[in-house]
Amino acid sequence: MNLVTISGPPSSGKTAVILKTIEAMKERNLSVGVVKFDCLYTDDDELYEKAGIPVKKGLSGSLCPDHYFVSNIEEVVQWGLERELDLLITESAGLCNRCSPYIKDIKAICVIDNLSGINTPKKIGPMLKSADIVTITKGDIVSQAEREVFASKVNSVNSNAVVMHINGLTGQGAYELSTLLYTEEDNIDTVKGKKLRFSMPSAMCSYCLGETRIGDDYQLGNVRKMKLGDENDNNK
Amino acid sequence: MITTNKLKQLTIQELIDNYPFVEIYFEDNKLDIDTFKNQTFIDYLNHFTEEDIEEWAIDTSKLEKDLIAYINQMIDMLGIEEEDIVDSLTIIAGTDKSGNAEGFDELTIRKSEIISIVGPTGSGKSRLLADIEWTAQGDTPTSRKIFINGEKPDMKWRFSSSNKLVAQLSQNMNFVMDLSVGEFLELHADSRLVENKESIIQKIIEAANNLAGEKFDLETPITRLSGGQSRALMIADTAILSSSPIVLIDEIENAGIDRKKALELLVGEEKIVIMATHDPSLALMGDRRIVIQNGGIYKVIETTDEEKQILTKLDEMDRYISGLRQDLRYGNSLI
Repeated sequence: MNLVTISGPPSSGKTAVILKTIEAMKERNLSVGVVKFDCLYTDDDELYEKAGIPVKKGLSGSLCPDHYFVSNIEEVVQWGLERELDLLITESAGLCNRCSPYIKDIKAICVIDNLSGINTPKKIGPMLKSADIVTITKGDIVSQAEREVFASKVNSVNSNAVVMHINGLTGQGAYELSTLLYTEEDNIDTVKGKKLRFSMPSAMCSYCLGETRIGDDYQLGNVRKMKLGDENDNNK
Repeated sequence: MITTNKLKQLTIQELIDNYPFVEIYFEDNKLDIDTFKNQTFIDYLNHFTEEDIEEWAIDTSKLEKDLIAYINQMIDMLGIEEEDIVDSLTIIAGTDKSGNAEGFDELTIRKSEIISIVGPTGSGKSRLLADIEWTAQGDTPTSRKIFINGEKPDMKWRFSSSNKLVAQLSQNMNFVMDLSVGEFLELHADSRLVENKESIIQKIIEAANNLAGEKFDLETPITRLSGGQSRALMIADTAILSSSPIVLIDEIENAGIDRKKALELLVGEEKIVIMATHDPSLALMGDRRIVIQNGGIYKVIETTDEEKQILTKLDEMDRYISGLRQDLRYGNSLI
């Protein structure tokens, strides 16, 4: 089975891109399944079901979504193997723009959209910077020049990635992406022992453990203070 | 070409002197190199503590690899050499949706030529445009092949983000950035690393005003442009500033711009223009038109002189209608 991880900010068009890409793969008689990771809510699983795609969803709830991802990915892989899938796609929203549930040697795709603003590539961390393929969506609603500027900004923060434009509504570009997702040789039967491409943000403070009261007395663990004193006014 | 070895030898100042565009890389990756200019980039990367690396999500080995890739891509882009110039595009026939051979063998389109594409919705126009964009090599559902200058194209046309074969002018030409026309063009010119920025920007605004009904200037916010002005700006920008040698046009709307001049501008910048349209006066401006049916090219029609005469008639009608429009605008009677 092949495994591909796809992530990107909420509403960037991940699900639309995946649906159109799988549509193109079905013509090649490949069986593809999706596991959707989200935080509080998703009904994307219904969209996949409607398209006849085997799907599972996992909501992280009060946990950090990507910690949740990494503690479940092995079981997810085993689910895909039981279903005898040729390709398993995991989809997750990089909710803090840093999260990147990418695994070394496993293809990683980041989906971002043209509407998200010219400085967005600069703001997104490993989720964009360590992806193998960056797909840019919503190109049909912006000008050709904006598409070019946006792509060049992506290129400057991740020069080694393949940058592709995909239209999630018409599927333009999705066939092309599908050709890059499946390779017969990329067979995996477990991700046990593999490593993440980048460490996750550290947490563990009293608030992680359910504290709700505010103030120094209640803060324990990983706590950091902003510099707000007058002597710091020169700090930009 | 820059290599890891060379990167180890050059100081950051030397890098900037040799490759001024690296400043964009430092800026976009939020690398504050100001106090490290006399050291190498590798030294700079090594100065980060474990804590910094985790805190700011820095991947030093990736930054190093990316910088090398970035510099080499930019060198490539700047030194657009003879071999990069696209003189012709050849489409080699594949099959339609039912697997039948297409109704032509091969079709070569040359620089400064306009080809129109006609066919009902869903007939396969988008697939043809996508085949061209992807430089298909028999590996798409139509099995078509695309050749550039008569040869199998370099894969860079498929995968590089700065070296795209195709620029696409879609029907929607909205702007979403909150910038003035001048700032916007400057940003685009920067991303293309053009040298004579001022004069290029001047050229674009003039060309755009030549196409648009109402004039605008460099101070106008792009989001305040009318539909016609946006289209005019976009076409002028694509013609003059975009590096892509092929322009795909998805039906230019009639409102607010001189479409004939728009096509002349694109063709004049030595581009290959491929246009999906069902407007007779646009279709007839093409030298040939591709007819699509059932997912395949059914035939290719040469525009004959007789057909071109219809164009003269259509032009007359256009003039009549725009005359009426003008009268309405200035409150004249239409009789």
